[in-house]
Amino acid sequence: MKFTWFNLMPWPYLPDDFREKHRSVWVDIDSRLFDPAKSHEVYNSYMDMLEYAGTLGFDGIGVNEHHQNGYGIMPSPNIIAAGLARRTTDVGLVVLGNSIALYNPPVRVAEEFAMLDCISGGRLVAGFPVGTSMDTNYCYGQIPALTREKYQEAHDLIRRAWSDPDPFAFNGRYNKLRHVNIWPRPIQDPPPIHIPGGGSVETYDFCIDNTYSYSYLSFSGYIRAKALLQGYWDRVAERNAPDESPYRAGFAQTICVADTDEEAERLYSEHVSYFYNRCLHVYGGFADAPGYRTIKTIQTGALSQYAPPIDGYGHLTWKDLTEQGHVIAGSPETVRQRMEELIKGLNVGNIFCLLHVGNMPMDKCMHSTKLFAEKVMPHLRDIFPDYKDDNRFWCKPLAKRVTPGSLPAEKEVAAMVGGKD
Amino acid sequence: METKTIKTHHVPVRYFEGGKGEPLVFLHGAGGVTAEDPLLTKLAETHHVYAPLLPGYGDSEECGELREMLDITLHTWDVVAALGLKDPILAGHSMGGMIAAEMAAIAPNDVSRLGLICPAGLWLDDHPIPDIFAMLPYELPAVLFHDVEAGTALMTAGVALNDPEWLKGFLVQNARQMGMAGKILFPIPDRGLSQRLYRVRAKTLLIWGDGDKLIAPVYAHAWKKAITGAELVSIPEAGHLVTMEKPGHVAAALAKLG
Repeated sequence: MKFTWFNLMPWPYLPDDFREKHRSVWVDIDSRLFDPAKSHEVYNSYMDMLEYAGTLGFDGIGVNEHHQNGYGIMPSPNIIAAGLARRTTDVGLVVLGNSIALYNPPVRVAEEFAMLDCISGGRLVAGFPVGTSMDTNYCYGQIPALTREKYQEAHDLIRRAWSDPDPFAFNGRYNKLRHVNIWPRPIQDPPPIHIPGGGSVETYDFCIDNTYSYSYLSFSGYIRAKALLQGYWDRVAERNAPDESPYRAGFAQTICVADTDEEAERLYSEHVSYFYNRCLHVYGGFADAPGYRTIKTIQTGALSQYAPPIDGYGHLTWKDLTEQGHVIAGSPETVRQRMEELIKGLNVGNIFCLLHVGNMPMDKCMHSTKLFAEKVMPHLRDIFPDYKDDNRFWCKPLAKRVTPGSLPAEKEVAAMVGGKD
Repeated sequence: METKTIKTHHVPVRYFEGGKGEPLVFLHGAGGVTAEDPLLTKLAETHHVYAPLLPGYGDSEECGELREMLDITLHTWDVVAALGLKDPILAGHSMGGMIAAEMAAIAPNDVSRLGLICPAGLWLDDHPIPDIFAMLPYELPAVLFHDVEAGTALMTAGVALNDPEWLKGFLVQNARQMGMAGKILFPIPDRGLSQRLYRVRAKTLLIWGDGDKLIAPVYAHAWKKAITGAELVSIPEAGHLVTMEKPGHVAAALAKLG
């Protein structure tokens, strides 16, 4: 199993009456709710938490990209990942991912991912999302019906930019480039690629054809994800993929661990409620720009994962959220059981653990994270013994990596260059 | 009106045809048009009406090859040619008006009569056009109609706009139609037309509902300024869907073109 400690980076100061006074947490959220001075601490403590998780045995620490979003203040995950690359040593850096259709030209992603891979010594796990409709269409103005074509082209360009040793001309529909020749090149050839998807057959096939891992990043939990991931596995079988390795798939799950089930509710329910009631308060008109999803996808009945349930999340209690699997919470034993159910039920080898939830303060987050790392994770490691050597979907760091901050002492420098001190 | 299909270079095109008289090509707005459209019915009393659907509208085939304004402008010229028409009266509503104006700008010698019904295509920073792509169905009538209650009934034929079953069908149709419209209108309905309008040589009629809350009547003046000799007909007590609210008035105004 590969466990990634994943942080969405929610803004923790949305007011109590956020739902009543504001129509959306995303796209047109009131900028006056963002306090730059407070964000100094927010960003740094979130990065501290990612670094802390990196010391506890997680395989990866994960970041993602959102724009104009009150629950994800990370428009550039690469900036965060660059900071993490310097302050962590062994853990995978999971950037899930860069919305490649938004970069002009997308060679920028090829370059930045290559830089991250080089700085970190080959620890990059790359993600290429199409990007949500909110980010891609409403915030970044991409024409919905052309987004996927542009995404495909960006993908082809990046892959070739990483692999072609010679300068090449790229005559795309959306990118006209006479001299593509990126410096630097990634250490990994190529870095493993994870594709967040929302249930479209095209994306299933794209992952199968390219040996990419398909990840479903939902907030509605593993019980509701069953049908969607089953669709993926059915497709894997139908397309005669060489194997059904669980590492071909990933899943994001909100998790809260405490000493007992009761303690979990006492400690975390207000933060879970903050997330589901305030952070997921997305105006329906921004959920799914017409043309963004293919007709085939709509017809299969996969509703946008961002479209709130018809009656909203507001009425869901702690009991509802945990019983229905939106959130896996409780004692280490309860969480272990439910995680096992999730992992086996969905056949997923990559888990993106959302262990920071809503406005959870760092002490609680550390507590939950440490319990998960020490009392849950070890029991889940070997669920798929048949595939324990399947490293196709994970990073392969250099065996010998440098330690940041290893300049020689000033004294030695003087001796080395023959000067006098 | 009869429903027919005609072959064009890119894709077979659905169109409605009816009436007798001077040929008139009507290009629909982002909401599409049906064979029962009250304006088409009215126009067919005096004209030979052709109303082609953009690919993806109604039950017509989608066309991935049409991506940009120029593709769509030339495609629509292909449709006119396929219909065997030469210099028909060219009329369009909203997005259709934008396409008609593009056609007249790109081929000024082929269009002598142009009817633009509250066309899209210009953008005034001081009067931003509401983002219809970010609206939920139940929010639309308020920006589309002068008489919101009557308009809602016209739009939905009595279906509740928050009914889940209706919504499912709506999602598919909306993705096909508005997905196509997005290529022209998203996120800002300006594809550089203002730089080309000086080329229009047609006798041009602008028709606007006084109560248009989507493309406010102030835009009519920008159009008048951009097209030499354009004449404006304002229709009282009508919103952006003036074609549904006052079809008789619109048809009577268009009759000025011949």
